[in-house]
Amino acid sequence: MIEIRDLYKYYGDRRALGPVTAEIAKGEIIGLLGLNGAGKTTTLRILACDLLPTSGTVRVSGHDVVSAPEEVRARVGYLPDRPPLYDDMTVREYLAFAARLRRVPRTDVSRRVDEVVEQTELGDVMHQMIGTLSHGFRQRVGIAQAIVHRPAFVVLDEPISGLDPVQIVEMRELVRGLRGAHTVIVSSHILTEISETCDRIFVIDEGRIAWAGTEKELSSEFGQGMRIDVTVRGGAEERVLEALRAVDGVQSAELAPPSEPGEDVRTLRVSARGDVRDAVCRALVGADVSVLELVRRRELESMVLALLGGGESGTRRRAKRRFDERREAPAEQAAAEVPQAEGV
Amino acid sequence: MNAALLIARRELFAYLRSPLGAAVIAGALLIDGIWFYWQGLTQKLLSVEVLQQFIYGASGTTMAAGLLLSMRLLAEERQTGTLVLLHTSPIRDSQIVLGKYLSALVVLLVATLLTAYMPALIFVNGKVSIGHVLVGYLGLLMLGSAAISIGLFGSAIARSQVVAVIVSAAILAAMVLLWAVARSVDPPVNRFLSALALHHENFRPFMLGRLDLGCVVYYVMVTNFFLLGATKVLEARRWR
Repeated sequence: MIEIRDLYKYYGDRRALGPVTAEIAKGEIIGLLGLNGAGKTTTLRILACDLLPTSGTVRVSGHDVVSAPEEVRARVGYLPDRPPLYDDMTVREYLAFAARLRRVPRTDVSRRVDEVVEQTELGDVMHQMIGTLSHGFRQRVGIAQAIVHRPAFVVLDEPISGLDPVQIVEMRELVRGLRGAHTVIVSSHILTEISETCDRIFVIDEGRIAWAGTEKELSSEFGQGMRIDVTVRGGAEERVLEALRAVDGVQSAELAPPSEPGEDVRTLRVSARGDVRDAVCRALVGADVSVLELVRRRELESMVLALLGGGESGTRRRAKRRFDERREAPAEQAAAEVPQAEGV
Repeated sequence: MNAALLIARRELFAYLRSPLGAAVIAGALLIDGIWFYWQGLTQKLLSVEVLQQFIYGASGTTMAAGLLLSMRLLAEERQTGTLVLLHTSPIRDSQIVLGKYLSALVVLLVATLLTAYMPALIFVNGKVSIGHVLVGYLGLLMLGSAAISIGLFGSAIARSQVVAVIVSAAILAAMVLLWAVARSVDPPVNRFLSALALHHENFRPFMLGRLDLGCVVYYVMVTNFFLLGATKVLEARRWR
């Protein structure tokens, strides 16, 4: 269905994407996961023929995005991160316009618009000007224009961005409803969204596919680790971290600054091998630190963060390095640091 | 071609629903009306001279209207993100540009034809040839078409409508002023520059009621040149 071979995209001298090689089978729902700036949108824009690759090949149903872009575009429906909507048209006019642009025969336009309006539940606002619609409805119209011509391949860039919880659930159902009739690729940096909706996950990091597979495969490969968020009160930073260093299995710990100046409540982010929740709790209480809350972060999130260990943001990477360096330092030196930290 | 007509139709609706189309038409009618009144009723001119002066004055409003109508065509789409819809549809960039151009041309045609009552008034107390009127209006449309294509090119390269209209106006002014530059250089360069000037030598035959095929070809070429330029700008965007 979709073949990507040695795909690269450069913006000037900066490599935004590549090398990327992947295959997507007909009917699959693929989740494209990655941090901001990882290359998700660039990948999707190339797949939708909005952008041309610097090198490499992308074929959709056998048609190349460079040599036969019109054939590809006829088979692709694309919802960018900002839906391309004309505020001065009604929903119905807009969808009819999009359908005609995508080669839907004139005689079929009305029927197709009715079908897609029903599918995306836009009936109540069908004759309303797009400029007056709420964000959730605008996203729906965006999806409707992407599927109005029954494309084989639907590309959705952050479809749930900016939606409220109810709208997120509705949008999730809408995307799931595309299964079977379309091959779908959805990008998001919200991990739960990908896990709820997609058959396979492509994790993109620094322009490359860092990992591809199902959530189950991801779990078996990277699922040994655990991430815990602990809300603590009191205790100097060094004392808290020192207590955790003594816990077997803890790989890294980072104490976030208080949410408000002068506040004594802080969040401690702990990465560990295996389930260390009780040991972490005991260690913190033993160090005279009050534990207000302990939350195990979602498995998928933990796994992806473990996977993106090399591609973590500078802050997270620095925190991990600092923790490791201190763990390796002589015990007496660490012990000597504690009173200093307490004094601060 | 169908896609171009589809885009042209959408743009025409956009002109109808926004105040821009009406404002440009009203402004052009007002200025042309004042100009015609001044030439026809306050100056002691022959009927044919009134017509010539009217066409001469209307050429200025036609160029300005062409720029104002075209400034939003691509810049606004880029600003609002709707260009993506056109870019990811199975149509060529040339069809996008052609559709936009046709829509602005239709509005300009309406604005120009609405001024037709002014030369018609000359027939009340004077006498001019209908051929002269028709050739004059053909000249206005050719000039307007060139101005729209220049405006469309400016709209393709600029991100905002304001920048688009400034860039387009600068290009148009430079092309109009070529005749002045031509006066200060020696032959044969002066003849070359004069032939390239957007208004002076190429518009004068229309003003005088003379259908000059060379001038028609000139305006068609200028229009094509800038439409092609706008298309290439859109194509280049995909490689960035």
